[in-house]
Amino acid sequence: MFPLTEENKHVARLLFNTGTCPRCIFRFCGVDFHAPYKLPYEELLNELRKFLKTGKDELILEVPNPPPKKIRLQELEDRNDNMNQNGEGRLSVIEDGSIASKNSNLNVCNVCLGILQEFCEKDFIKKVCQKVEASGFEFTNLVLSVSFPPQLSVREHAAWLLVKQEMGKQSLSLGRNDIVQLKEAYKWITHPLFSEELGVPIDGKSLFEVSVVFAHPETVEDCHFLGTICPDCFKPAKNKQSVFTRMAVMKALNKIKEEDFCKQFPCPPNSPKAVCTVLEIECAHGAVFVAGRYNKYSRNLPQTPWIIDGERKLESSVEELISDHLLTVFKAESFNFSSSGREDVDVRTLGNGRPFAIELVNPHRVHFTSQEIKELQQKINKSSNKIQVRDLQLVTREAIGHMKEGEEEKTKTYSALVWTNKAIQKKDIEFLNDIKDLKIDQKTPLRVLHRRPLAVRTRVIHFMEAHYVDAHHFRLYLKTQAGTYIKEFVHGDFGRTTPNIGSLMNVTADILELDVESVDVDWPPALDD
Amino acid sequence: MATEPEAAEPVVPSLVDRYFTRWYKADVKGKPCEDHCILQHSNRICVITLAGSHPVLQSGKTIKSISYQISTNCSRLQNKVSGKFKRGAQFLTELAPLCKIYCSDGEEYTISSCVRGRLMEVNENILHKPSILQEKPSTEGYIAVVLPKFEESKSITEGLLTQKQYEEIVVKCINATTATS
Repeated sequence: MFPLTEENKHVARLLFNTGTCPRCIFRFCGVDFHAPYKLPYEELLNELRKFLKTGKDELILEVPNPPPKKIRLQELEDRNDNMNQNGEGRLSVIEDGSIASKNSNLNVCNVCLGILQEFCEKDFIKKVCQKVEASGFEFTNLVLSVSFPPQLSVREHAAWLLVKQEMGKQSLSLGRNDIVQLKEAYKWITHPLFSEELGVPIDGKSLFEVSVVFAHPETVEDCHFLGTICPDCFKPAKNKQSVFTRMAVMKALNKIKEEDFCKQFPCPPNSPKAVCTVLEIECAHGAVFVAGRYNKYSRNLPQTPWIIDGERKLESSVEELISDHLLTVFKAESFNFSSSGREDVDVRTLGNGRPFAIELVNPHRVHFTSQEIKELQQKINKSSNKIQVRDLQLVTREAIGHMKEGEEEKTKTYSALVWTNKAIQKKDIEFLNDIKDLKIDQKTPLRVLHRRPLAVRTRVIHFMEAHYVDAHHFRLYLKTQAGTYIKEFVHGDFGRTTPNIGSLMNVTADILELDVESVDVDWPPALDD
Repeated sequence: MATEPEAAEPVVPSLVDRYFTRWYKADVKGKPCEDHCILQHSNRICVITLAGSHPVLQSGKTIKSISYQISTNCSRLQNKVSGKFKRGAQFLTELAPLCKIYCSDGEEYTISSCVRGRLMEVNENILHKPSILQEKPSTEGYIAVVLPKFEESKSITEGLLTQKQYEEIVVKCINATTATS
């Protein structure tokens, strides 16, 4: 079961004597199967000591030992567990005392800073899992993300140079990729433990993410010398707290010459006093999406909150009337509302309604039966007579694209109440019924010109149907290309949309009411109630 | 006063009254009755038009031509704006001339911006058909569209007259002219 072989012995001994933990030794010896890493720490330590002891005599005979090594071997023999470098003897004695009292043999590893030691122990896993359970998220699997302090990469680099040099003596080489990554080893050890403790599988594609961030305040300065050697790798950015990010450190380590590194940083790295601290344990659930269609029956209700100079114009909005319920039920942090186009505050949306989708950010509840969604829809519909919702359903992020496509390409039908200054008779409006696929040129309407580019856009009025009301009113049904400004087509917008109803009829026309009769997008799929 | 036309008043306020506030500047550049009307949309955009009392709109006047060429090297027709932020627009002060109206009686009138801001567009339709300026002076017969600076959207109308103030002035003006004649 013990994975090291005779050829690893030099490296293992060197690392062990300089304060490296058994699991990191495995990593540097390229042990790439999981089982050995999962063994209890205590057992690993004993096994390793046994392994190193067996070859000792040969080693002493073979190699003319430099004095420090001799001392270290001596210490090892004495089972002193002194993993400190020369000159730190005093400190190590103190540590030995405390460790002995804890009976845990834990000298902090000079490479992983405790990651493959204390933070692989069941106690720690349990602590994280308690946090996860307490967060109140509903999940059926999870992805674990761990973030290590950047100086770990520096220490890893130092250890690699040390081992490479040692192996060089035996005419062996060691590439960067021959080492098992710390993150990999950590996963191998902890994933099964998390999975067991939480009773769900670990899945890289899971939307539920548990992130653990480690820091090691004692050694933050490890990285700083890189800043003077490779200043171009460490450019300050607004959103970063420190220039020494893990990526920047890795970049600098790839650039720096080995001899320069060795001059600036001890190889092997010195032993720290304490293990890493846990900066945060956070849970987050990826967004889920709900889609449907809404009707709007009010002419005083904007689609989204209408706020000018920080002041609300109207107390509600379509978006809020729908989303507030979803937020509560999904226990989400926030939402993003989108729809296939939008209507003005004074325009109603009738017929089958307008497709919409709502992104629920960081939802705590995500599993709903279709019955529950139906009930949610009923709840929304009962809460307001200004809007109604249909076809409410859970959808994927990708499917929302269908809705936005429709915004650009699909047709819409409207019903408008038109006023004319001149008295009209039925025969005066009949000609509108015969017009098919009328091309109109619309300059950006004055009412939106302050926030959109000035342009002339050609749009098509596919057909019209005029219904006489009285001498000054008629109802106009139209089917148009998406993006047509209907109000402007009726009143002409100071002659900026041509032709318009006024110019076609040779009157001054105005629009008194407008309703969207249909938004011809076949997404989301209709549901039968 | 004319009798009421055949029930042509809409039940709701007109397009201009629904979305715009009317501001006036009387006797522009000191010329009597050369009143301008500025329609300011609630989104701050201003449409420059002739006020009803402007000589050009009085009966008997015929417009011979309109020119947006305000000097030898500046034509308002050359104004081009691009993008959401309307880059490249000509900047106008209150006194900046927009166009000249030549009447068949030999009179010539200069129309000014009256508000500070950037020129969005001029109304080319009135070049081809000057009569719409007289027929629909406050809609299709507009002169130009000006976008004031965001921070000046309130202050640009401070020196202008409100509808009520303007009506009072017009009454006085009519009284004065009837008194002198």
